[in-house]
Amino acid sequence: MTDQTLKTTPLNAAHRALGARMVGFGGYDMPVQYEGVLAEHRWTREHAGLFDVSHMGQCKITGADAVAQFERFVPGDYEILKAGKQKYSLLLNADGGIIDDLMAGRPDHDGLFVVVNAGNKDEDFAFWNANLEGDARLTVLDRALIAIQGPEAAEVMKAHEPVLAEMGFMDCARLMLFGADCYVSRSGYTGEDGYEISVPADQAERIWNTILEDARVKPIGLGARDSLRLEAGLPLHGHDIDPTTSPVEGALTFALSKSRKERADFAGADRILKELSDGPARVRVGLIVKEGAPAREGAEIADADGNVIGKVTSGGPSPTLGKNIAMGFVPPAFAALGTALKVIVRGKTAAAEVVAMPFVAQRYYRKPKTV
Amino acid sequence: MKFTKDHEWVSLDGDIATVGISKHAADALGDVVFVEVPEVGKTVSKGDSFAVVESVKAASDVYAPVSGEVIEANDALSTAPETVNSGAETDGWFARIKVSDAAQLDDLMDQAAYDAFLATL
Repeated sequence: MTDQTLKTTPLNAAHRALGARMVGFGGYDMPVQYEGVLAEHRWTREHAGLFDVSHMGQCKITGADAVAQFERFVPGDYEILKAGKQKYSLLLNADGGIIDDLMAGRPDHDGLFVVVNAGNKDEDFAFWNANLEGDARLTVLDRALIAIQGPEAAEVMKAHEPVLAEMGFMDCARLMLFGADCYVSRSGYTGEDGYEISVPADQAERIWNTILEDARVKPIGLGARDSLRLEAGLPLHGHDIDPTTSPVEGALTFALSKSRKERADFAGADRILKELSDGPARVRVGLIVKEGAPAREGAEIADADGNVIGKVTSGGPSPTLGKNIAMGFVPPAFAALGTALKVIVRGKTAAAEVVAMPFVAQRYYRKPKTV
Repeated sequence: MKFTKDHEWVSLDGDIATVGISKHAADALGDVVFVEVPEVGKTVSKGDSFAVVESVKAASDVYAPVSGEVIEANDALSTAPETVNSGAETDGWFARIKVSDAAQLDDLMDQAAYDAFLATL
């Protein structure tokens, strides 16, 4: 029975028909697993996994002032972003803290298409409604969002639409796909090659089932989505980054465009530029936990002498590596790769080591350079 | 075999109780990736958290279904935690407890009562 307090995505009936175990997540009734988290995780790393991410927020920001207004609150350079490209960025508050992380692109010539996190979307949309000036206008899109991820994703989708195979990582487009008006980007949040496809809500179930007809594709729940993104070293908003975290602390300086840093014209620029020159108070690192139980969110991180220096923000077993991995925050003096640390899980101290992220190599598809 | 409402099972042989989590609990947890069993010699009280079972997603406490002294722990689970999924009510046992009073089992559910309880969830 559906919990009456939870919202549903257009694919809710499809999940139930597939026997998914459903849970409340971000206010939505979502599939946490179908056949099992480990099997689904491995399937995605080896073949192609299909994810319902319709709980995430989708919107367009349009108008002649759209990009300039959008840039006031993000540190990325969208003015120079070409049509057909998208970019990861951060919605920042006045203190340089991360209100949300997002994907924004120009799939067509009508402003920006933006995807934000489920748990923050109402706040994000209210923020833009309150802060966008000039003729920039927010339009919330009531569409479904389907992600296909994994090494066979491109071959699967090529069979439906050859042009998708021509796209490179972070390319985006608006096109007719499965006979529907879709926004497609070659991106995702698992570290694998793949696509996110925004489809009209009333077409979602038909498209979902059509993609699943390919034997290389299996439906994947939120459980494996989380372990995949952890292995990929990708932060989860509300856990690894939040409105107190700056992009420098969050190890997301790649999202700070050079030109924007020079102009220092985005929200929170004072703090962020100071942290870039002087160093932040803490920084997000990756950890391998060498013994015992997985260190999960909230576990303390200690130095070699046992002094508590930080906390784990997400962690768990890595199905690919067969080891326990975690992300957490420590002072920069303890952030160097190879630093021996400890984690404290249920009162027990276990050895850990700072390692490079991603934990599992990313396999995004980058187009060969053409002359 | 008797069951608790927290989905532990207990099987009594003389005054030695073997305890674990039910098949229902193991199925609900999904893939078990880590089990923390109690130390031998530890005295536990009925209702205490005495072990932890972790799936990919989360850690869950396991509560002692009886009071007594832990005389054996299933250390095989440290290298093969998936045994809890494949044999929750057999090889996937957690610990053996020397029970202080066998009458403690009287208020636990038998298989039929547990099945009926599961049907209400």
